[in-house]
Amino acid sequence: MGLLDQRFENSNIIITSADNLLNWARLSSLWGMQFGLACCAIEMMATGASHYDFDRFGVFFRGTPRQSDVMIVAGTVTLKMATRIKTLYDQMSEPRYVISMGSCSNCGGPYWEHGYHVLKGVDRIIPVDVYVPGCPPRPEALMEGLMKLQEKIRNESLAKKQTA
Amino acid sequence: MIPQEISDALKAKFGDAILEVKSDGVFDPWAKVAPDRIKDVCLFMRDDEALQFDSLMCLSGVDYTGGKLGVVYHLHSTKKDHKFTLKVDVTVENPHCQSVESVWKTANWHEREAFDMIGIVFDGHPDLRRILLPDDWEGHPLRKDYQVPEYYQGMKVPY
Repeated sequence: MGLLDQRFENSNIIITSADNLLNWARLSSLWGMQFGLACCAIEMMATGASHYDFDRFGVFFRGTPRQSDVMIVAGTVTLKMATRIKTLYDQMSEPRYVISMGSCSNCGGPYWEHGYHVLKGVDRIIPVDVYVPGCPPRPEALMEGLMKLQEKIRNESLAKKQTA
Repeated sequence: MIPQEISDALKAKFGDAILEVKSDGVFDPWAKVAPDRIKDVCLFMRDDEALQFDSLMCLSGVDYTGGKLGVVYHLHSTKKDHKFTLKVDVTVENPHCQSVESVWKTANWHEREAFDMIGIVFDGHPDLRRILLPDDWEGHPLRKDYQVPEYYQGMKVPY
Protein backbone atom coordinates (compact mmCIF):
# COMPACT_ATOMS: atom_id res chain seq x y z
CA MET A 1 0.00 0.00 0.00
CA GLY A 2 2.97 2.27 0.51
CA LEU A 3 3.36 2.88 -3.20
CA LEU A 4 -0.16 4.05 -3.65
CA ASP A 5 -0.65 6.06 -0.47
CA GLN A 6 1.32 9.09 -1.47
CA ARG A 7 -0.10 9.30 -4.93
CA PHE A 8 -3.72 9.65 -4.02
CA GLU A 9 -3.42 12.90 -2.00
CA ASN A 10 -4.83 15.52 -4.31
CA SER A 11 -6.42 13.65 -7.12
CA ASN A 12 -6.94 10.05 -8.02
CA ILE A 13 -4.76 9.96 -11.08
CA ILE A 14 -1.40 8.19 -11.07
CA ILE A 15 1.05 8.64 -13.92
CA THR A 16 3.63 5.97 -14.29
CA SER A 17 5.26 3.95 -16.99
CA ALA A 18 3.91 0.68 -18.31
CA ASP A 19 7.07 -1.05 -17.21
CA ASN A 20 6.70 0.11 -13.64
CA LEU A 21 3.07 -0.81 -13.51
CA LEU A 22 3.53 -4.26 -14.92
CA ASN A 23 6.56 -5.01 -12.81
CA TRP A 24 4.82 -3.79 -9.68
CA ALA A 25 1.83 -5.95 -10.45
CA ARG A 26 3.98 -9.00 -11.10
CA LEU A 27 6.18 -8.75 -8.06
CA SER A 28 3.36 -8.01 -5.66
CA SER A 29 1.53 -11.21 -6.27
CA LEU A 30 3.98 -13.94 -7.10
CA TRP A 31 1.98 -17.12 -6.89
CA GLY A 32 4.30 -19.90 -6.04
CA MET A 33 4.08 -23.53 -7.05
CA GLN A 34 4.46 -25.70 -4.03
CA PHE A 35 7.46 -27.85 -4.76
CA GLY A 36 8.77 -29.08 -1.47
CA LEU A 37 10.92 -32.11 -2.09
CA ALA A 38 12.80 -32.70 1.15
CA CYS A 39 13.76 -30.93 4.39
CA CYS A 40 13.77 -27.47 2.82
CA ALA A 41 10.06 -27.96 2.33
CA ILE A 42 9.60 -27.73 6.10
CA GLU A 43 11.32 -24.37 6.15
CA MET A 44 9.23 -23.25 3.20
CA MET A 45 6.11 -24.25 5.09
CA ALA A 46 7.39 -22.35 8.10
CA THR A 47 7.91 -19.30 5.93
CA GLY A 48 4.39 -19.61 4.66
CA ALA A 49 2.95 -19.99 8.13
CA SER A 50 1.89 -17.20 10.39
CA HIS A 51 5.16 -16.23 12.08
CA TYR A 52 7.08 -15.40 8.92
CA ASP A 53 4.22 -14.80 6.60
CA PHE A 54 4.48 -15.24 2.85
CA ASP A 55 0.95 -14.08 2.27
CA ARG A 56 1.80 -10.49 3.11
CA PHE A 57 4.01 -10.51 0.02
CA GLY A 58 1.13 -11.76 -2.01
CA VAL A 59 2.63 -15.22 -2.29
CA PHE A 60 0.46 -18.21 -1.76
CA PHE A 61 1.02 -21.66 -3.04
CA ARG A 62 -0.83 -23.11 -5.95
CA GLY A 63 -0.93 -26.81 -6.64
CA THR A 64 -0.57 -26.61 -10.39
CA PRO A 65 2.25 -25.15 -12.48
CA ARG A 66 -0.21 -23.67 -14.95
CA GLN A 67 -1.39 -21.07 -12.45
CA SER A 68 1.92 -20.18 -10.81
CA ASP A 69 4.59 -17.58 -11.47
CA VAL A 70 7.49 -18.81 -9.39
CA MET A 71 8.70 -22.32 -8.66
CA ILE A 72 10.59 -22.61 -5.39
CA VAL A 73 12.64 -25.80 -5.74
CA ALA A 74 13.06 -26.75 -2.11
CA GLY A 75 14.98 -29.91 -1.42
CA THR A 76 17.15 -32.57 -2.99
CA VAL A 77 16.60 -33.07 -6.70
CA THR A 78 17.07 -36.75 -7.53
CA LEU A 79 17.59 -37.89 -11.09
CA LYS A 80 14.25 -39.67 -10.92
CA MET A 81 12.53 -36.38 -10.07
CA ALA A 82 14.58 -34.29 -12.48
CA THR A 83 12.66 -35.42 -15.56
CA ARG A 84 9.42 -34.51 -13.83
CA ILE A 85 10.76 -31.09 -12.80
CA LYS A 86 11.57 -30.34 -16.42
CA THR A 87 8.05 -31.29 -17.44
CA LEU A 88 6.52 -29.12 -14.73
CA TYR A 89 8.75 -26.17 -15.57
CA ASP A 90 7.73 -26.42 -19.20
CA GLN A 91 4.10 -26.31 -18.11
CA MET A 92 4.51 -22.97 -16.36
CA SER A 93 3.50 -20.01 -18.47
CA GLU A 94 5.69 -16.97 -18.84
CA PRO A 95 6.71 -14.81 -17.04
CA ARG A 96 8.10 -17.55 -14.85
CA TYR A 97 10.88 -17.54 -12.31
CA VAL A 98 12.72 -20.15 -10.32
CA ILE A 99 14.12 -19.82 -6.82
CA SER A 100 16.54 -22.56 -5.87
CA MET A 101 16.28 -23.06 -2.12
CA GLY A 102 18.88 -24.85 -0.08
CA SER A 103 22.23 -26.30 -0.98
CA CYS A 104 20.84 -29.51 -2.49
CA SER A 105 19.14 -27.72 -5.32
CA ASN A 106 21.93 -25.13 -5.61
CA CYS A 107 24.79 -27.53 -6.16
CA GLY A 108 23.94 -30.99 -4.90
CA GLY A 109 24.51 -30.08 -1.29
CA PRO A 110 25.87 -32.75 1.06
CA TYR A 111 25.42 -35.36 -1.68
CA TRP A 112 27.83 -33.72 -4.10
CA GLU A 113 30.59 -36.26 -3.68
CA HIS A 114 28.98 -39.67 -3.34
CA GLY A 115 25.40 -39.14 -4.40
CA TYR A 116 24.97 -41.31 -7.47
CA HIS A 117 21.25 -40.57 -7.63
CA VAL A 118 21.32 -36.80 -7.02
CA LEU A 119 21.30 -34.11 -9.67
CA LYS A 120 24.08 -31.76 -8.61
CA GLY A 121 22.13 -28.57 -8.78
CA VAL A 122 18.75 -27.95 -10.37
CA ASP A 123 20.32 -25.38 -12.70
CA ARG A 124 21.55 -28.29 -14.81
CA ILE A 125 18.05 -28.67 -16.18
CA ILE A 126 16.18 -25.41 -15.65
CA PRO A 127 17.32 -21.77 -15.53
CA VAL A 128 17.43 -20.40 -11.99
CA ASP A 129 16.91 -16.76 -11.06
CA VAL A 130 17.77 -16.67 -7.37
CA TYR A 131 19.85 -19.07 -5.29
CA VAL A 132 19.17 -19.14 -1.56
CA PRO A 133 22.04 -20.81 0.32
CA GLY A 134 21.61 -22.71 3.53
CA CYS A 135 20.93 -26.20 4.72
CA PRO A 136 18.14 -25.48 5.23
CA PRO A 137 17.91 -21.72 4.80
CA ARG A 138 16.13 -19.95 7.59
CA PRO A 139 12.75 -18.45 6.75
CA GLU A 140 14.30 -15.00 6.81
CA ALA A 141 16.82 -16.15 4.22
CA LEU A 142 14.09 -17.47 1.96
CA MET A 143 12.26 -14.18 2.30
CA GLU A 144 15.38 -12.30 1.35
CA GLY A 145 15.63 -14.55 -1.68
CA LEU A 146 12.07 -13.65 -2.58
CA MET A 147 12.79 -9.96 -2.12
CA LYS A 148 15.83 -10.28 -4.34
CA LEU A 149 13.59 -11.83 -6.96
CA GLN A 150 11.25 -8.89 -6.55
CA GLU A 151 14.22 -6.55 -7.14
CA LYS A 152 15.03 -8.45 -10.27
CA ILE A 153 11.48 -8.17 -11.51
CA ARG A 154 11.40 -4.48 -10.69
CA ASN A 155 14.29 -3.93 -13.05
CA GLU A 156 12.77 -5.77 -15.96
CA SER A 157 11.59 -3.99 -19.03
CA LEU A 158 9.17 -4.78 -21.79
CA ALA A 159 11.69 -3.57 -24.28
CA LYS A 160 14.12 -6.35 -23.42
CA LYS A 161 13.14 -9.80 -24.61
CA GLN A 162 12.28 -12.31 -21.89
CA THR A 163 14.71 -15.19 -21.87
CA ALA A 164 13.09 -18.57 -21.34
CA MET B 1 12.87 -69.92 23.85
CA ILE B 2 16.57 -69.31 23.99
CA PRO B 3 18.43 -69.19 20.68
CA GLN B 4 20.04 -72.58 21.17
CA GLU B 5 16.60 -74.22 21.34
CA ILE B 6 15.47 -72.40 18.21
CA SER B 7 18.48 -73.52 16.22
CA ASP B 8 18.08 -77.07 17.54
CA ALA B 9 14.47 -77.13 16.39
CA LEU B 10 15.54 -75.87 12.96
CA LYS B 11 18.27 -78.44 12.63
CA ALA B 12 15.94 -81.21 13.72
CA LYS B 13 13.41 -80.37 11.03
CA PHE B 14 15.61 -79.28 8.13
CA GLY B 15 18.94 -81.01 8.77
CA ASP B 16 20.66 -80.56 5.44
CA ALA B 17 19.23 -77.16 4.53
CA ILE B 18 20.78 -75.52 7.58
CA LEU B 19 24.38 -75.00 6.62
CA GLU B 20 25.81 -73.27 9.63
CA VAL B 21 24.63 -72.10 13.03
CA LYS B 22 25.99 -69.68 15.58
CA SER B 23 23.75 -69.42 18.63
CA ASP B 24 26.14 -68.63 21.45
CA GLY B 25 28.09 -65.53 22.24
CA VAL B 26 27.16 -61.92 22.77
CA PHE B 27 25.88 -60.98 19.33
CA ASP B 28 22.76 -61.99 17.42
CA PRO B 29 22.38 -65.74 16.96
CA TRP B 30 22.01 -66.73 13.34
CA ALA B 31 21.56 -69.75 11.12
CA LYS B 32 22.68 -70.00 7.52
CA VAL B 33 20.17 -71.57 5.14
CA ALA B 34 20.49 -72.82 1.57
CA PRO B 35 18.91 -70.32 -0.87
CA ASP B 36 16.52 -72.83 -2.42
CA ARG B 37 15.02 -73.94 0.92
CA ILE B 38 14.63 -70.60 2.63
CA LYS B 39 10.89 -70.39 1.97
CA ASP B 40 10.17 -73.72 3.65
CA VAL B 41 12.32 -72.75 6.60
CA CYS B 42 10.51 -69.44 6.95
CA LEU B 43 7.08 -71.09 6.74
CA PHE B 44 8.15 -73.40 9.53
CA MET B 45 9.45 -70.49 11.59
CA ARG B 46 6.16 -68.67 11.22
CA ASP B 47 3.73 -71.54 11.71
CA ASP B 48 5.36 -73.76 14.31
CA GLU B 49 3.66 -73.58 17.71
CA ALA B 50 6.82 -73.19 19.72
CA LEU B 51 8.51 -70.66 17.43
CA GLN B 52 5.72 -68.41 16.04
CA PHE B 53 7.89 -65.85 14.30
CA ASP B 54 5.09 -63.71 13.01
CA SER B 55 7.10 -60.60 12.24
CA LEU B 56 9.88 -60.10 9.73
CA MET B 57 11.68 -57.11 11.20
CA CYS B 58 14.03 -56.56 8.31
CA LEU B 59 15.29 -58.19 5.14
CA SER B 60 18.61 -56.81 3.92
CA GLY B 61 20.79 -57.53 0.92
CA VAL B 62 24.52 -57.62 1.55
CA ASP B 63 27.57 -57.53 -0.70
CA TYR B 64 30.40 -59.41 1.01
CA THR B 65 32.92 -58.55 -1.80
CA GLY B 66 34.70 -61.17 -3.82
CA GLY B 67 31.64 -62.10 -5.85
CA LYS B 68 29.58 -63.13 -2.82
CA LEU B 69 26.19 -61.63 -2.06
CA GLY B 70 23.79 -62.48 0.71
CA VAL B 71 20.43 -61.84 2.31
CA VAL B 72 19.86 -61.45 6.04
CA TYR B 73 16.44 -61.97 7.63
CA HIS B 74 15.76 -60.57 11.10
CA LEU B 75 12.79 -62.35 12.64
CA HIS B 76 10.84 -61.49 15.75
CA SER B 77 8.03 -63.20 17.54
CA THR B 78 5.50 -60.87 19.13
CA LYS B 79 3.75 -63.73 20.89
CA LYS B 80 6.75 -65.53 22.30
CA ASP B 81 9.10 -62.52 22.45
CA HIS B 82 12.22 -64.00 20.94
CA LYS B 83 14.38 -62.98 18.00
CA PHE B 84 16.42 -64.88 15.49
CA THR B 85 18.40 -64.18 12.34
CA LEU B 86 18.60 -66.21 9.15
CA LYS B 87 21.29 -65.76 6.53
CA VAL B 88 21.45 -66.86 2.91
CA ASP B 89 24.53 -66.80 0.69
CA VAL B 90 24.32 -66.38 -3.07
CA THR B 91 26.91 -65.58 -5.72
CA VAL B 92 27.09 -62.83 -8.28
CA GLU B 93 26.93 -65.36 -11.13
CA ASN B 94 23.73 -66.90 -9.78
CA PRO B 95 22.01 -64.31 -7.59
CA HIS B 96 18.75 -66.22 -7.16
CA CYS B 97 16.97 -66.80 -3.89
CA GLN B 98 13.46 -67.90 -3.00
CA SER B 99 11.07 -65.13 -2.15
CA VAL B 100 9.41 -65.11 1.28
CA GLU B 101 6.77 -62.64 0.19
CA SER B 102 4.05 -65.26 0.61
CA VAL B 103 5.17 -65.84 4.20
CA TRP B 104 5.39 -62.24 5.43
CA LYS B 105 3.87 -59.54 3.24
CA THR B 106 6.38 -56.96 4.38
CA ALA B 107 9.02 -58.79 2.39
CA ASN B 108 7.42 -57.44 -0.78
CA TRP B 109 9.11 -54.05 -0.60
CA HIS B 110 12.18 -55.27 1.28
CA GLU B 111 12.96 -57.72 -1.52
CA ARG B 112 12.37 -55.06 -4.14
CA GLU B 113 14.91 -52.89 -2.35
CA ALA B 114 17.43 -55.75 -2.17
CA PHE B 115 16.91 -56.32 -5.88
CA ASP B 116 17.26 -52.64 -6.69
CA MET B 117 20.37 -51.97 -4.64
CA ILE B 118 22.30 -55.27 -4.65
CA GLY B 119 20.80 -57.15 -7.58
CA ILE B 120 19.53 -60.31 -5.87
CA VAL B 121 16.68 -61.86 -7.85
CA PHE B 122 13.89 -63.33 -5.75
CA ASP B 123 12.09 -66.21 -7.45
CA GLY B 124 8.39 -66.25 -6.83
CA HIS B 125 8.05 -62.54 -6.08
CA PRO B 126 4.87 -61.24 -7.72
CA ASP B 127 6.19 -57.82 -8.74
CA LEU B 128 9.98 -57.65 -8.69
CA ARG B 129 11.00 -54.26 -10.06
CA ARG B 130 13.05 -51.31 -8.92
CA ILE B 131 11.65 -49.41 -5.99
CA LEU B 132 14.00 -46.51 -5.27
CA LEU B 133 15.82 -45.80 -8.51
CA PRO B 134 14.21 -44.97 -11.87
CA ASP B 135 13.09 -47.98 -13.87
CA ASP B 136 15.65 -47.49 -16.61
CA TRP B 137 18.64 -47.21 -14.31
CA GLU B 138 21.54 -49.50 -15.07
CA GLY B 139 23.49 -51.24 -12.39
CA HIS B 140 23.03 -51.97 -8.72
CA PRO B 141 24.49 -49.14 -6.65
CA LEU B 142 25.17 -50.75 -3.28
CA ARG B 143 27.53 -53.32 -4.73
CA LYS B 144 31.10 -52.64 -3.74
CA ASP B 145 32.32 -52.49 -7.33
CA TYR B 146 29.70 -50.05 -8.55
CA GLN B 147 30.81 -47.23 -10.85
CA VAL B 148 28.79 -44.03 -10.94
CA PRO B 149 27.49 -43.46 -14.48
CA GLU B 150 28.61 -40.37 -16.36
CA TYR B 151 25.26 -39.41 -17.81
CA TYR B 152 21.67 -40.36 -17.14
CA GLN B 153 19.16 -39.26 -19.78
CA GLY B 154 21.32 -36.34 -20.79
CA MET B 155 22.03 -35.08 -17.28
CA LYS B 156 25.59 -35.16 -15.99
CA VAL B 157 25.70 -37.24 -12.83
CA PRO B 158 29.08 -36.57 -11.16
CA TYR B 159 29.80 -33.17 -9.67
